[in-house]
Amino acid sequence: MLERIGASSIEELWGAVPAEFRVPGALPLPAPLAEYESARRFEAEAGRNADASRYACFLGAGIYDHFIPSAVRALTARSEFATAYTPYQPEVAQGTLQVIFEYQSMIRELTGMEVANASMYDAATAAAEAAHLAIGAKGRQRVVVSGGLHPHHRQVLATYASAGHYELVEAPLVGGRTDVAALPAALGTETAAFLWAQPNFEGIVEDGAAITAAAHAAGAYSVAVADPISLSVLAPPGAQGADIVVGEGQPLGVAMTYGGPLVGFFAIRKADVRRLPGRLSGITVDLDGRRGFVLTLQTREQHIRRERATSNICTNQGLMALANTIHLALLGAEGMRDVALQCLERAHHLAERAARVPGVALLHASPFFREFVLRLPGPASSFVEHALGAHLLAGVPLSRFDRSRPNDLLVAVTEKRSREELDRYADALTAWVRARSMAPVEEAACPR
Amino acid sequence: MPAMNDPAMPSPIVEATLRELSVAGHRGPRLQPLDVPARGATELLPGVALRATAPALPEVSEPAAVRHFVKLSTLNHHIDKAIYPLGSCTMKYNPKLNDEMARLPGFAGIHPLQPDETVPGALAVVGELHDWLRAIMGMPGITTQPVAGAQCELTAILMARAYHTDRGGAREEVIVPDSAHGTNPSTVAQVGYRVVTVPSGPDGCVDLEALRKAISPRTAAMMLTNPNTLGIFEREVGTIQRWIHEAGALLYLDGANLNAMVGLASPGAMGFDFAHINLHKTFSTPHGGGGPGGGVLCVRSELEPYLPSPVLVASGTGHRWDYDRPRSIGRVHSFYGNFGILVRALAYLRSLGATGVAEVSREAILNANYLKARLRDAYAPSHPGFCMHEFVLSAARQKTRGVKALDVAKRLLDFGVHAPTTYFPLIVEEALMIEPTETETKTSLDAFADAMLAIDRESMESPATLREAPTRTPVRRLDEARAARSLILSWQDLESERKAEAVHGGA
Repeated sequence: MLERIGASSIEELWGAVPAEFRVPGALPLPAPLAEYESARRFEAEAGRNADASRYACFLGAGIYDHFIPSAVRALTARSEFATAYTPYQPEVAQGTLQVIFEYQSMIRELTGMEVANASMYDAATAAAEAAHLAIGAKGRQRVVVSGGLHPHHRQVLATYASAGHYELVEAPLVGGRTDVAALPAALGTETAAFLWAQPNFEGIVEDGAAITAAAHAAGAYSVAVADPISLSVLAPPGAQGADIVVGEGQPLGVAMTYGGPLVGFFAIRKADVRRLPGRLSGITVDLDGRRGFVLTLQTREQHIRRERATSNICTNQGLMALANTIHLALLGAEGMRDVALQCLERAHHLAERAARVPGVALLHASPFFREFVLRLPGPASSFVEHALGAHLLAGVPLSRFDRSRPNDLLVAVTEKRSREELDRYADALTAWVRARSMAPVEEAACPR
Repeated sequence: MPAMNDPAMPSPIVEATLRELSVAGHRGPRLQPLDVPARGATELLPGVALRATAPALPEVSEPAAVRHFVKLSTLNHHIDKAIYPLGSCTMKYNPKLNDEMARLPGFAGIHPLQPDETVPGALAVVGELHDWLRAIMGMPGITTQPVAGAQCELTAILMARAYHTDRGGAREEVIVPDSAHGTNPSTVAQVGYRVVTVPSGPDGCVDLEALRKAISPRTAAMMLTNPNTLGIFEREVGTIQRWIHEAGALLYLDGANLNAMVGLASPGAMGFDFAHINLHKTFSTPHGGGGPGGGVLCVRSELEPYLPSPVLVASGTGHRWDYDRPRSIGRVHSFYGNFGILVRALAYLRSLGATGVAEVSREAILNANYLKARLRDAYAPSHPGFCMHEFVLSAARQKTRGVKALDVAKRLLDFGVHAPTTYFPLIVEEALMIEPTETETKTSLDAFADAMLAIDRESMESPATLREAPTRTPVRRLDEARAARSLILSWQDLESERKAEAVHGGA
């Protein structure tokens, strides 16, 4: 090969790299490992984590332990999907392009919107891009977010807003819900968008119709961050008039994987299609008149429009959007409704049993979907630690996000949580409360 | 069910959509029956607006769904089938062990909000990956929270803004060479800076005279791809970094082309303040048909306080997430980035080890130069001499025969290989940007070169054939203008159009 190149050594090929920038000798890195040795170490590391195959997972807050059919794993593992790239040559990427088209169709169906894109990185960045779209569409520089939005989504919005394009304001929850009566004052006349979550971070189902009406009355976009499982039972925000609906696709066939990779969905009205960030697959025909799919409206995108692009995003989350598509196809309308209803029933069963444990209360009285906040008689993190002994991941202590709420625990219940696991949860909670009441002084001495 | 077509005739539809395959009542896997008392949505959600009708999702059995997706998969080109030489995309082989490790239940089944003490193995994996990448980049600060190269750019330019704001003012401009990827100027605009474009000189490197004039007290940062998108090492990076730093600005390495430097050259030694890594390029994680990617941002120590929160820190014998970051720009992802991708990248690095890391770029550079040598007589290289890991050819000569870079690319598909990146960088006429990567064998490089040379001969003998190409792919050339004009973006759109056609047809 060197002879053909006309070089005497490989070193000669990078003669342009000045000596002072070269790595002197070998980097101080470990020796290579054979596959089985590497696997042995990874298996040991994986084994040190308390995962949902060994612990019943009651954590939610945007990421859930839902059923994932084996066929989702088998099909997403195929090289043809996993080792392809962005469909730059559509003639040899019809598989990827048709999948995106079907994904866009199903997201449209779930959200009740008119156009969905090929997906975003996650719900948080989808929400930030939605705010950006609304600012462009409305020509206003103010965005209001409900306190019911996931705290991390609010943080990502704040980061994206820190460039100074717009002001970000928070409208606090009252009794666990968005205070619709206070919205006119909160929104004023200069707000581009109001962002709200359905169900919200504390599990409560919001009054989407009233929120959207209030946003519209203020001349602002109504932007919903919706949970995709709930959309089979709740009225979709699109049907209630929302202008943008985004959300986290992880519950649709994507493993939790410590929170990544995720996939954000993004759906809009047709009128905003030229402001849409990200990729779009559309139908056309080939030279022989056969139906085919291509990336379309690419003139919005960074590789063509550069500094005037709608976003700097240049990929979607292709493999995760594929997982969503397969998952929705396998479960179908009936299956998705079963999942949603079982979450609803099981969550309420556990909430009621938990609230019967002395000293434990359901924090909010409003209707919830598959997640609720328990107010415990002691630090929630202490119960989480105790529950590990019963092989339960008991929930998310809200002190993680708000130090003034040490005793509040966010609990999620999916269709996978069996009666036995719900019983075990109730028993662990009872035992923890009883143990505390017998040793109150000791607990009080070590506040979290 | 769609009608069976005459096998002699090409079907008007390659594969039906799920909606077209739907049969009422068919369904896939079912749930366990409910084993708590059923009360129903109306009772449990009093006063809540419920969905009036179920979403019209497909109704297909598991075997029907599996056949549908397998059929679709066979329509794709992918790296496990043949060479995929997209320039600046680094389509290298993705070792299978990496995927297997990411799927271990102890990684795939953990929740991001579990207490740190319940996921020490996951934190150890992230920590070890950070150590490998710090050594390779020669930079101390690191975050793996961004999930793509473009998001690393956004993170870094936001950090630059915060850094300058702490020092008296955010400044106004970011310098970007004209050979840069589109994400660079797009990111700059998204962060509220003005883009100042500097041209490339005749040697393909940044024009130093123009750069000197562009640098001013308004300059917040410069984004540099090295080697640049022409596959040429920016020899004057030492001068560039000196000028940028003298102006109090920061230098960003767009790491899209890092595959030319792994184990060979150190971005830290070159004076970069920021450097991003695309794990899906350089560190072999699968591209997934366009994501998920994995972004890593490495920074100089002065910039560490601005990194996205949380930051992984050592704690006792293990690690923990540190949220106490008062000067952080904040969070850029819902959780900690694409953990599953981080596991894969570490698996790749463990397999390579110190010796393998040093071989990656040597072989990538060797392969690129070999391919360039085989093609330089038929297609004009953008620049003479040796290249780094990629190079750009121009089809300008072929264009005089009526054959464009687009036609060359489409004809390559008929040979069962993927086309190079076309029409980029924008500064080369009829550009074909080729990056073979180190994982191609000489045999596959030769097969690709032979196809390119055959196409050059065809451009002389039968240029019309090339304009008709491809003919051996699942579909032929697609009418992109029509797609943009009539915007059919979902089954629902397709059905509305059919209804409209039926009305017009019946009239």
